[in-house]
Amino acid sequence: MSTWVEKSTSGLNNQGSTVNRLSAENVTLAYDQRVIAEQLSVEIPDNSFTVIVGPNACGKSTLLRALSRMLKPSEGRVLLDGQVIQSMPAKKVARTLGLLPQSSIAPDGITVADLVGRGRYPHQGILRQWSAEDERVVQESMRQTGVAELGDRYVDELSGGQRQRVWIAMALAQQTPLLLLDEPTTFLDIQHQIDVLDLCAELHEEQGRTLVAVLHDLNHAARYATHLIALREGRVVAEGPPKDIVTAGLVEEVFGLRCQVVEDPETGTPLVVPAARRARARAAVGKVAATEAS
Amino acid sequence: MKTTNRAVRTPGGLSVRLDVRAVTVVLLLIVATLVASVVLIGTGDFPIPTADVLRTLVGEGNPGQEFIVTELRLPRVLVGLLAGASLGLGGALFQAISRNPLGSPDVLGLGQGATAGALVVIVLSSGSANQVAAGALVGGLVTGLAIYVLAWKRGVHGYRLVLVGIGVSAIVTAVNGYLLTKSDIVDAARAVVWMTGSLDGRDWDQVWPLFALTAVLVPLVLVNARGLRMMEMGDDVSYALGVRVERVRLLLMVAAVLLTASATAAAGPVSFVALTAPQLARRLTRSPGPNLLPSLCMGAALLVVADWVSQRAFGAEQLPVGVVTGVLGGVYLVWLLVSERRAGRI
Repeated sequence: MSTWVEKSTSGLNNQGSTVNRLSAENVTLAYDQRVIAEQLSVEIPDNSFTVIVGPNACGKSTLLRALSRMLKPSEGRVLLDGQVIQSMPAKKVARTLGLLPQSSIAPDGITVADLVGRGRYPHQGILRQWSAEDERVVQESMRQTGVAELGDRYVDELSGGQRQRVWIAMALAQQTPLLLLDEPTTFLDIQHQIDVLDLCAELHEEQGRTLVAVLHDLNHAARYATHLIALREGRVVAEGPPKDIVTAGLVEEVFGLRCQVVEDPETGTPLVVPAARRARARAAVGKVAATEAS
Repeated sequence: MKTTNRAVRTPGGLSVRLDVRAVTVVLLLIVATLVASVVLIGTGDFPIPTADVLRTLVGEGNPGQEFIVTELRLPRVLVGLLAGASLGLGGALFQAISRNPLGSPDVLGLGQGATAGALVVIVLSSGSANQVAAGALVGGLVTGLAIYVLAWKRGVHGYRLVLVGIGVSAIVTAVNGYLLTKSDIVDAARAVVWMTGSLDGRDWDQVWPLFALTAVLVPLVLVNARGLRMMEMGDDVSYALGVRVERVRLLLMVAAVLLTASATAAAGPVSFVALTAPQLARRLTRSPGPNLLPSLCMGAALLVVADWVSQRAFGAEQLPVGVVTGVLGGVYLVWLLVSERRAGRI
């Protein structure tokens, strides 16, 4: 992989090779002087539903921002189809890789169809502002996310769950093979969280899109992800299919939480059950005693 | 009136999407502006009937009327139209970039900055009208640059821009007060008239530079309008959609500062047009987006109508147009503050 020719212009023809379309190579990520991660390397397997998990401030959202070229690594590089992502034309990236950020503002008085239509921006130009294809893709995206009936409604009138579906529809209208989602379930109640995750799973399974999401809930991650990346303090602690890597030891290492891992009765995936308060307190006392003894 | 978008496509693959309501608003505003302009040309110490004004404008009037129309009143109206259009567009750009109706040049202190530039010329060198205009232009540009530099920290954000602008505005106002106290009575009187914003005595010398600048800037702005429309959804979303956010923002801010400063240089700091025009336009079109063209037309219409009101209502002792826009705009600003407060946005 290190012999990869950076100047390669045949970027889009690499799908057949063993190199994944999106990866970060030895990146150092920092806001001003505050370093979040150093020498971090991550591969996003093609056609996977990759979920990045980790405790607060472990750098998972920062990593997603770097992968979507919102944050320029101070060292290392992010590669998309073999090219350094920052060196690619903005619209070309936007036709390959979509991002649903955490913070997005629905303009005052905008309708659902209008907002979803804005996802077509990277496919448009000054002379080609609204083609029949744009129209078709917008309808299709609204249908896939179940908001087709809401087309004429104002976005500010919708419930939180509906609104998130609309934003996902906008990202879908961008028609990118790769879609990155930054905590898509935050601020939603439980049935809408599952709803959004089901939708993501559908997009992954039925359309073969590569999805990368940052999720807070480890159990959601373990259930939906095909590939899990566990981060702690800017380092990858483990990665792989949830079944292979989610163990009590890993959860303790990454989150500092004692727990049992059982089989999810619905899906057979790992299910994390935190240890009861007493058991954890006992363990803590034991730890203190052990340190004092030494 | 929810979905008024119509797509127009040619077999060659060209396509545009038109908001029917916005297009209607623009056309009606253009008609209203033209009517007001013709009426305004006919207004003055020697009233000229509308029919004669039209005849003179197409070159078939009598020599007396021809002189009054083409040499005295037409340039004045054209300066009003161009300055109003520039202020309307500049205001719409600033409000869209800061995502805040208060982020307009009046509040940010660009007017005060231009005033400072003009005062320096008037008070320190008793310069000619053109030198005063140049001073105002420089003052506006320097203030715009200062605001941008002070508010810049990984991208200009709405609130920071507004707050920095208010601070800059206060400082420059103090400087202006100082300059006035240092001036003698003749210069002070001239400065005060300039500071209120007046179209009195504008001639072709003011029209051409303003026209040239708008002829370059307006198309440049409109070409970048689609990116600006995406930026309404926040930097992250627009960036993800392939908008080069920083570049578009810098380019449009420079254009907005130039438009506002040149309008101020030509007509004085006509207050509140830049604040009100985009808001009024938005309420008429009821469409999201920066509403650039409707704001431009609204600015031109507002300034020409305000000039007519100031000439009409106060007769021979002409009231500077800035007083009229100031009164109208001030009332609007109070209303805006109250309604924004109620909506919990400030």
